[in-house]
Amino acid sequence: MARFDPYENNGGTCVAVAGADYCVVAADTRLSVGYSILSRDHSKIAQLADKCVLASSGFQGDIKALQKALAAKELIYEHNNNKKMSCPAMAQLLSNTLYYKRFFPYYTFNVLAGLDTQGKGCVFTYDAVGSYERTGYSAQGTGSALMMPVLDNQLKSLVLSYCQLRTFNTKLLLVQDAVTPLSESDAVDLVKDVFASATERDIYTGDRLEIVVINSSGTHRECIELRKD
Amino acid sequence: MDGFAKSIGGGGPNVPAGSHPAGGSQAAAGGGATQRTQYPYVTGTSVIALKYKDGVIMACDTGASYGSTLRYKSVERIKAVGKHSIIGASGEYSDFQEILRYLDELTLSDHMWDDGNSLGPKEIHNYLTRVMYNRRNKFDPLWNSLVIGGVKKGPKGDEKYLGMVNMIGTHFEENHVATGFGNHLAIPILRAEWHEDMTFEEAVKLVEKCLLVLLYRDRSSINKFQIAKITTEGSTIYPPYSLKTYWGFTHFENPAQGAVGSW
Repeated sequence: MARFDPYENNGGTCVAVAGADYCVVAADTRLSVGYSILSRDHSKIAQLADKCVLASSGFQGDIKALQKALAAKELIYEHNNNKKMSCPAMAQLLSNTLYYKRFFPYYTFNVLAGLDTQGKGCVFTYDAVGSYERTGYSAQGTGSALMMPVLDNQLKSLVLSYCQLRTFNTKLLLVQDAVTPLSESDAVDLVKDVFASATERDIYTGDRLEIVVINSSGTHRECIELRKD
Repeated sequence: MDGFAKSIGGGGPNVPAGSHPAGGSQAAAGGGATQRTQYPYVTGTSVIALKYKDGVIMACDTGASYGSTLRYKSVERIKAVGKHSIIGASGEYSDFQEILRYLDELTLSDHMWDDGNSLGPKEIHNYLTRVMYNRRNKFDPLWNSLVIGGVKKGPKGDEKYLGMVNMIGTHFEENHVATGFGNHLAIPILRAEWHEDMTFEEAVKLVEKCLLVLLYRDRSSINKFQIAKITTEGSTIYPPYSLKTYWGFTHFENPAQGAVGSW
């Protein structure tokens, strides 16, 4: 007998890249179930605070519930502390919120990104139960395995050598230096390329790409078309 | 999940002998603990809907099946909600009746505020998404896929709205939606032929095209349909009618021709 399954994977991929004074967050807009496409125009990105954006893929019911829960907690924080939540603060809150449901998880694969308290780009990457890490770039979702190797190839050694210059030849990737030296437009181009590649081979990624760039002057959104097959 | 009932043979849902609720509920030890929804019994099939110039048009057949038996042939699966919306449901019919009770309570208390404001389709959709998601969290889902359509005056004038929510809380808004088999058979047609600002006649023609395909290819659909529309003037649910079907294909005539053999 078919048993009730409380989860489904609605697919999609999310990516974020942190720069010295900007952050690029991108996600496709395809909502799928099984082999069907429910919508070609469904955003996976939520703006939680003015310098903090969450991109999530996975089960859409849980994604929306999670985004609502975080937005509500952010509002309470604002009322209590008379300031908006910073990205690192939201990062911890997201981790705690996810772990709270450790035994009936939010089936969500998240990338939280924005500017930290010093105005530098930050990216936090999560698994479904809240373990997280600050990195210079990340991809989560059905196309992440196709994208991460390309991002590593393009960004990792750059970040490492940036560190080497700053930290006397250590090959350790220091948390506070987890940003790329790429320019904003180069980072956006890289993200577009990486999505175009994943769209070719991942059936759940495609239709349209939504790119959000956060920098000192605010948040800028652009959309580009992807393959619809 | 909507097409699930088709896998059941015999006269009705085939509950295995001596079955006990699997996994989710804790009735195994001692017995008498809460039961949770495991499978649907009386189910409706696809609902399709699309936005057109004056509002939203929605259509479905009037059948409700009990497994593979066509038990009820005059069931209304589209209902008006408040002044601005219509809701259509596929899946378990009794759960749809429960949802209509919830919506009654909601619209009644909204009316009692007497503040000149009324719930629009976006609000109804959001409310139902929360209800469906919360029931899913308790492992006791309302076994439906719901389509909510409506028109309400907003900051940019009359805003048309069409959305869908399924039994686990997946929800989205689109220009055209379909549930169950409609997702596979009707959506491709709608994606090819829908355009902005269709007239009512064009919209009905397109809907009938989809309903005909569903009639030919969906085993649980019947030839008795209802179309409903919602505009700024209000909702209208038209009386049921049938579509003309064509069975005169050469391969259907004389089907035993060429069947040579002793068995």
